[in-house]
Amino acid sequence: MDNLINFLTAGILAAAPLLFGVLGEILAERSGNLNLGVEGMMFMGGIAGIVGIYYYEKAGGTNPYVALIIGLVCSLACAGLGALIFSVLTITLRANQNVTGLALTMFGTGFGNYFGEAIGNADPSGFLSVSTAVKGIFNSPVFPQPLVELPIVGKLLFSHNFMVYLAVILAVVMAFFLGRTRAGLNLRAVGESPATADAAGINVPKYRYLATCLGGAMTGLGGLYLVMNAGAGVGGAWVHNCISGYGWLAVALVIFAVWSPKRAILCSLIFGGLACMRYYYPISFIPSSIYDIVPYIVTAVVLVFVSLKHNRSNQPPESLGLSYFREER
Amino acid sequence: MQSVNAVELRNVTKTFGSVTANNNVSLDIRRGEILALLGENGSGKTTLMNMLAGIYFPDSGQILVNGEEVAIRSPKDSFALKIGMIHQHFKLVDVFTAAENIVLGLKEEGKFDRKAISRQIREISSRYGFDLDPDKKIYDMAVSEKQTVEIIKVLYRGADILILDEPTAVLTPQETEKLFAVLRNMKADGKSIVIITHKLTEVMAISDRVSILRKGEYIDTVDTQTTSPQALTDMMVGRAVTLNIDRPLPENPQRRLVVKNLTCLDGQGVKVLQDVSFSAMGGEILGIAGIAGSGQKELCEAIAGLHPVASGQILYSSPNDPDTVEPLVGRSPMEIRDMGISLAFVPEDRLGMGLVGSMGMTGNMMLKSYDKSGRFFPTTKPFKDLAENIREELGVVTPSISTPVRKLSGGNVQKVLVGREIASAPSLLMAAYPVRGLDINASYTIYHLLNKQKAKGVAVIYVGEDLDVLLELCDRILVLCGGRVSGIVDGRTVTKEEIGLMMTRIGEGNGHDGT
Repeated sequence: MDNLINFLTAGILAAAPLLFGVLGEILAERSGNLNLGVEGMMFMGGIAGIVGIYYYEKAGGTNPYVALIIGLVCSLACAGLGALIFSVLTITLRANQNVTGLALTMFGTGFGNYFGEAIGNADPSGFLSVSTAVKGIFNSPVFPQPLVELPIVGKLLFSHNFMVYLAVILAVVMAFFLGRTRAGLNLRAVGESPATADAAGINVPKYRYLATCLGGAMTGLGGLYLVMNAGAGVGGAWVHNCISGYGWLAVALVIFAVWSPKRAILCSLIFGGLACMRYYYPISFIPSSIYDIVPYIVTAVVLVFVSLKHNRSNQPPESLGLSYFREER
Repeated sequence: MQSVNAVELRNVTKTFGSVTANNNVSLDIRRGEILALLGENGSGKTTLMNMLAGIYFPDSGQILVNGEEVAIRSPKDSFALKIGMIHQHFKLVDVFTAAENIVLGLKEEGKFDRKAISRQIREISSRYGFDLDPDKKIYDMAVSEKQTVEIIKVLYRGADILILDEPTAVLTPQETEKLFAVLRNMKADGKSIVIITHKLTEVMAISDRVSILRKGEYIDTVDTQTTSPQALTDMMVGRAVTLNIDRPLPENPQRRLVVKNLTCLDGQGVKVLQDVSFSAMGGEILGIAGIAGSGQKELCEAIAGLHPVASGQILYSSPNDPDTVEPLVGRSPMEIRDMGISLAFVPEDRLGMGLVGSMGMTGNMMLKSYDKSGRFFPTTKPFKDLAENIREELGVVTPSISTPVRKLSGGNVQKVLVGREIASAPSLLMAAYPVRGLDINASYTIYHLLNKQKAKGVAVIYVGEDLDVLLELCDRILVLCGGRVSGIVDGRTVTKEEIGLMMTRIGEGNGHDGT
């Protein structure tokens, strides 16, 4: 029983960064922009966040909450900047989205690893790491101790760090935005049929820019989480290639979640669980690396089923991956 | 105030590069009238109206709305002036409901209240006699329902001036009647309506006045009551043309193709053709009528071997050996083609099937028979000659036979397609929508080509949209309804109304043969 609860708790911790990535990508894809640069933006968000905190502390800052805010802002801004590059290339210059996204991933990976190592090597300790106080915020429960100590539910529901709850709140807000607001309706129209949206007087580039950049920024938080949280990553220090495919998993999960933020919560939980299953339920005759493949195999299987089902309301946004040019008729 | 025209166009000119789409056009739209805008394809009707809808901006000239000069620079400006245009190609988001499409892009303050929106839509529907469920998704809708959504969309935005671009092109005669009834209700409500069309019967039926455009020039505006279809055609085409299409009696008809109880399924397992039986004769044109999507495409493709057959038979007799009957089901498209069966299908976007847009005429000629001239290194010479021939005989206007066909105008593209099929000397020629989007002159060239094939003893199957043409061109007409044959009638005696009824009657036996 304890093992199960520990497993589920670890699954939730591993799910949170995925959820940030999935939500960010859903927002971008709903506007019709297929941004394959999630992995890159996670790297950018991760490195920028930790570097921001690192230099704040280097400069003598000691308040962990100020450090936290600096980290979040740097992370959002840097990942958003990556998405902005993508947007300029694909929306304004109408470059191919797939190629641009792949380029962004390569760029972000190199960007993160380069600065991570360069700054780490320059530090006397040899690592790019932050103080225990800041790590603590990313790794300890937000709820008061009595709640956390409740049997079963305490651990499952109240023992997590603030980022986990932030991700869930984001998902709920996004579901409301897409389904229940005019702006959300407009955004979906832009992703489904930009020509229709344009004719209805909706500013297509504006919606695409905003959705892609905000989505990219959200993705960056996932990167920061991976860098700072000990449950999902190392915790508070930069490790070479620390994003390690989480971004790609997020891209695949968007399809699994059929572009719905609410379903994204469930999908992230399942895959978060799959990602850490080997630590809790190891099977002796199966090499642990098999566990690493499982999420991707499941994704492939799900893709097959989603395509076979052909349900009209479960399809990707119709103009996903296509750039829009008004004069082209 | 009432005397002021709703819209006045003064000397409006619009050019695209070297092409003048509208030259010095002046036109009035009165309050509470239905004005028909008549002209051939490419006469500038849609361009002119697009300037009112904010899609294009005139190069010169003025637009006055309610007596005041305005500049309409975007669809938004157009809405603000209470002008709404219903385009020929619907601009709707498929996965949205009708209501969501209708309110899309509106910047209204306050809560996004779906119930209130639905109520308002129902109100508009009942006021003008529409029939629409606001919560139905677009992808579940028939074409006529989608059109209704488009119309309500502009009404919801408070439009007083409605422009409809070829609204009846996709409708059955019955649906057209229904639309016209709605338009009359709107007129009675004081709305001004412009209907762009090239169907004379509809002009006569619905409009108060008719304005005629020809090659971008304004010709005249006449009262519908004082004019006649013949007079309108003369003005539209610029010279008297005979409306009659030649229809020689079939000579020595031979049974060429027999289809027995043909049933086909689509990808989802839905029957797209059910128990279709008919025969096609050499030396005869068999017309196929039906609402768009009634199984015409699948029928042609099944015969050509491109669509799987669930059950039933397709039997073919070659003209050289009329007594031998060969089954076609189970043969590959290439074998079927080699037996002399040819399909020229013009899809809605014209280029989607049969031709490769980025290839020149020569390349497109090669598509169907490249394997006959050297497998790895095909020779191009015979195809160049063929392309030159077609260009000359059919008068294809192109800078060179290597110019990508996508750069040619619609009529010329279709001539290339039909020309290639005819060049293969078929004994059964299927032409599906060969005049789609063509103007009258180009259409007649195609009819003439089909008649020539008929005279040669070829069995011609003509799938058409325009009932008037089917009635004048075809010897017999097969009417499809929802994938079934609702009747096979004599093209010389049947009336348009009868065919229209058969197009919409689902599964009521087939007691209409030849009557």
